[in-house]
Amino acid sequence: MIDKSNQDTVQTCEIPGEEVPEGSGILKVRGLNAWYDSTKAIKNISLSIPEKAITAIIGPSGCGKSTFIRCLNRMHEVSHGGRVEGCVLLDGKDIYARDVDPVAIRRRIGMVFQKPAPFPTMSIFDNVSAGLRLTRVWSRRWELEEIVERSLRQAALWDEVKDKLGQSGSSLSGGQQQRLCIARAMAVEPEIILLDEPCSALDPAATLKIEDLMRNLADRYTIVIVTHNMQQAARVSDMAAFFLADTDRTGILIEFGPTSQLFTNPKDKRTEDYITGRFG
Amino acid sequence: MADTGYGRRKLINRTMLSLCAIAAGLSIIVLALILGYTLVQGISSLDIDFLMQAAKPMGEAGGGMRDEIFGTLILVTLGTLISLPVGLMAGIFVAEFAGPRIATAVQFSADILAGVPSIVVGVFAYAVLVRPMHSYSALSAGVALAVIMIPIVARTAEESLRLVPNFQREAALALGITRWRAIIGVIIPGALTGIVTGVMLGVARIAGETAPLIFTALGSQFGVQGLLKPIGALPLQIYRYAMSPDPDWHKQAWAAAFLLMLLVLGISILVRVVSRRRSI
Repeated sequence: MIDKSNQDTVQTCEIPGEEVPEGSGILKVRGLNAWYDSTKAIKNISLSIPEKAITAIIGPSGCGKSTFIRCLNRMHEVSHGGRVEGCVLLDGKDIYARDVDPVAIRRRIGMVFQKPAPFPTMSIFDNVSAGLRLTRVWSRRWELEEIVERSLRQAALWDEVKDKLGQSGSSLSGGQQQRLCIARAMAVEPEIILLDEPCSALDPAATLKIEDLMRNLADRYTIVIVTHNMQQAARVSDMAAFFLADTDRTGILIEFGPTSQLFTNPKDKRTEDYITGRFG
Repeated sequence: MADTGYGRRKLINRTMLSLCAIAAGLSIIVLALILGYTLVQGISSLDIDFLMQAAKPMGEAGGGMRDEIFGTLILVTLGTLISLPVGLMAGIFVAEFAGPRIATAVQFSADILAGVPSIVVGVFAYAVLVRPMHSYSALSAGVALAVIMIPIVARTAEESLRLVPNFQREAALALGITRWRAIIGVIIPGALTGIVTGVMLGVARIAGETAPLIFTALGSQFGVQGLLKPIGALPLQIYRYAMSPDPDWHKQAWAAAFLLMLLVLGISILVRVVSRRRSI
């Protein structure tokens, strides 16, 4: 919902004259605020997510990182009492405009969650193809098979599961399940992939595999990852955004810049304190 | 001093445990008695003739309950056909879409409906269907049984759907599929065991209901005449035969009672088997 009645925070969402070709996957956030019922969670966030790169959202827990990333693909409104104001521009068009279909947005901006969530009643094959089967986009079995194989290869999972595609998704280990969820998200061919702390439920070996996977995927997809693990952000990301809870306990964006610069030469003292471990 | 306290506690402990064990044993014994008695009394008369022949007039030897068996099957099918979609959709509405106040109102109504005495349901169906149609009918009986079964199906469906974890709903929506497709393709399969259990419990309940049938199905001396005419059913026939002075009819009533017990027992065992197999 866009509230244009409040003159203090009015933002023109679409920038006149700026023509972005459809399908570029360029994401710009302007003046984003989000609430859970009457509790404000994030305040006036503005940043531009670079395409075909990995952007990390870092910060201590409870500062609105997950809320922010869920606003990017209209999943925040699915939560109980979720409400959004502000602009999120995908290819120059506001995804919160009145005539925009949230389902279409979620196909272009995919999401992988913290807890690996393969659908338990489906086989591995059915899991990966779920996004396609449940929208009747496909027409033939062999087309599905092609897409499933391609997605599993991209997720670096094909060799491990190619002989057991008919088995239940829950028969895999935690790291494999998470890669299955990544494959499932990629099967619908989004432009942007959001990952909300994808490795926090996994062991270090599985975590490294997923970090490798993300670096490979960044050639083709725009990736935004929320992580509370600073070392992971330093290892994996190109740009980093540091969030912090303000005095009124809403999350705000403190600093946003190239990862190397944020970690070696942060502009804001609060960033420096967090990076050096003085808090968080 | 501590010793006498402990000794007394041990005695009380043993007494109470024995009482609990006896109570548990009583419930099993009662069931065994019912099953055993109906088995002993009924099995001698439960033969091919009983299953295949129509009822003979009082006083004539032989005859069976073929039409009444059919009648029970028809009425149970009719009741299920009506209550399954209604109960399932009500359960889906409350679990997935309703706000808290509407949900509470629907749950409350369903619980009250489940507690309405079945004879009252029968009288209701009589007033609403039998009188305007000027005829007792299988249809009105089916509707009465459906009214009894709907709250059972609705409540178990709703509770099974609620048991599906929320992160699966979000994972499905994040793939960019519409809400109803997510419900049908992901959430209902996840809740299927519970829904099937609810349906089977409902069937077991209505198979033995007698009071509503008195006002709607009435019983038929001419076999199955179609859905808009009176129809016989096992519970009705048991009542009629048991109240009669004919000893041959008494034996047949026992056989019918045994058959009904077998039906309910069979369904209950099936429910256990089904819910144990898919205990994800």
